[in-house]
Amino acid sequence: MTQFLQLLFEGVSLGATYALVALGFVVIYRASGVINFAQGAMLLLGAYLISWMAVDVGLPFGVAVLAAMGALGAFGAGFHRVALRRVVGQPTFVLVMITIGASIAVSAAVEAVFGDNQRLLGDPWGSSTFHVGAITVTWVKFWGIVVAAVALAVYFSFDRFTRWGLAMRATAGDEEATLSAGVPVGRVHALTWALAGAMATLGGLFLAGFPSAPAHGLGDAALRAFPAVVLGGLSSSVGAVAGGVLIGVVEVMTSGYAPSWLGTNFYAVAPYVVMIAILLVRPYGLLGVKPAERL
Amino acid sequence: MSRSLARRGALPAFAALAVALPFGLSASNLTTATFVVIAAIGATGLNVLVGYAGQISLGHAFFLAAGAYTGAVLGEDHGVSAALWIPAAGVVAAIFGALVGPMALRLKGLYLAIVTLGIVFIGQHVLLNSAGISGGPQGRTFPPVVIGPFDFSPGQTLQLGGLTIDRSGLYYYLGLVILAAATAFAWSLRRTRGGRAMLAVREREAAASLMGVDVGRAKVGAFVVSAALAGVSGALYASYLSFAQPTQFNLDMSIQFIAAIIVGGMGTAAGPLLGSAVVFALPSVLKSLPFVPEEGTGGISVGDLTSISYGLLIVVFLVLEPRGLVGLADRLRSLGRRSAAPDFTPAISLNTPEEAHP
Repeated sequence: MTQFLQLLFEGVSLGATYALVALGFVVIYRASGVINFAQGAMLLLGAYLISWMAVDVGLPFGVAVLAAMGALGAFGAGFHRVALRRVVGQPTFVLVMITIGASIAVSAAVEAVFGDNQRLLGDPWGSSTFHVGAITVTWVKFWGIVVAAVALAVYFSFDRFTRWGLAMRATAGDEEATLSAGVPVGRVHALTWALAGAMATLGGLFLAGFPSAPAHGLGDAALRAFPAVVLGGLSSSVGAVAGGVLIGVVEVMTSGYAPSWLGTNFYAVAPYVVMIAILLVRPYGLLGVKPAERL
Repeated sequence: MSRSLARRGALPAFAALAVALPFGLSASNLTTATFVVIAAIGATGLNVLVGYAGQISLGHAFFLAAGAYTGAVLGEDHGVSAALWIPAAGVVAAIFGALVGPMALRLKGLYLAIVTLGIVFIGQHVLLNSAGISGGPQGRTFPPVVIGPFDFSPGQTLQLGGLTIDRSGLYYYLGLVILAAATAFAWSLRRTRGGRAMLAVREREAAASLMGVDVGRAKVGAFVVSAALAGVSGALYASYLSFAQPTQFNLDMSIQFIAAIIVGGMGTAAGPLLGSAVVFALPSVLKSLPFVPEEGTGGISVGDLTSISYGLLIVVFLVLEPRGLVGLADRLRSLGRRSAAPDFTPAISLNTPEEAHP
């Protein structure tokens, strides 16, 4: 039982991080129908920027995190402006492929600049822990849950209560009607890219926390947020969060309980196995809706 | 008219160049050319799936692996002749394609891309844990091609008249023959009922279905053709390397193939060849540049520089010339004939309205 609760806690913490990353996918997808395959690379870049500013530059950790979120927000909006706005009206396929190309280029550039060794994250928590009953709680995992919850609350209130949030929802509903109502749809798209960049940075922060570290494999870890977003359905924010937590729990539970015949490191592919199984039953995810098509 | 004449002249010239090429290249450049030819077989396959049928797949590396390990198990572990294990690699990969293909019936567009991405990771996991087939994480050796009097083992050469063809040259010519057949097949596929069905599915699935196209058949067919060519390509690739690890068949490999067909021009017959030449020759070209440091001397590594370059190539081509090098060539040609009206026939238009936003 203790082991179960321990794994459950760690799963929820990992899942909260996946939820942030997955929400980054959904924000962009809702506004422009594009899956951002560069989310993993943005996450990697964010984690390395935090590490660079906190360790090499020597900024206080909180400042480093905020600065990295700002930088990635600017990067996301800039990428949208430089590459994606030029191909407006092209099939979605083209936009998605552009994000794949960007993903490869960015993660290789990160490796070229920072080398391929692990780095220190520079966070104040390190490997310190506290105990709740028999469960050992690492501070970084604890803060992972708290920060993800706060970030999600901020995002959902932004989406619900502000003018820009309204514009985002309107763009998701009907882009042309929104445009004709005077909403700057291009800027809304840029905003969603900036939001996704900031969320990716937070995701990178906690994926790189103890016992992990900023290293090149983070990009692959971020790809495991794909199953999360697919489970929830690409167009559902709530689904992304639920899917994220579910995938985190599945991953950690299989790392603890998977029988040996499934092979070593089965936990790393368990999210994909769950995803394929669910998609074959519900092709648009658990909470997604099959879009109607006009001929 | 002039255009088709130009193309008719270009084909024999291109073929003659390809045949004569090994005699004009240094050993290291010939190695690169051999990899390009072998990869182009796989790219031709991916082009059928993505360029013709409009199904986005990130799973190509998985099918290459299926072919490579079929070749290894049959050729090395069971001593089967290469005349059998090369086709068998294609057949086994095609069977996997037929298993994965039906997923495309339920999943559209981007969902399919994500699922095929998952398949690459799952395939790698299975291979890493099946030491009997793959040698586990340490990797295994792959058999050289031996067909009758032709022995492609290291150190062997073929004397043909006064010419000597070394191991790389042998793989080059074998790859070239298979590539020519694959290209001819892909080219003529567009003119068959099945090929046209794929194009119709790409343009508009629902409309194609209403007009009586068997959408399921077209999609699964595209997966099977694509996987079969990937399997042959993978078997030759591993055999030429003679040693490989499961982790080499990774997502990056899939993306390189995507880059190749985008850079070359999706949906065209020549696109995969041109694109492969650019993408898979990049490492050697970059290595030879004066400002790129030697491996291991610090600074930016060739591998990173390669990845950055082909990542940027994907972005630049899609933003500026989505029809790839083939489209670029068309543009140059129409610049040459100023008077003639420019030809704006799109080589590709992937309309996937299911995923277009409502």
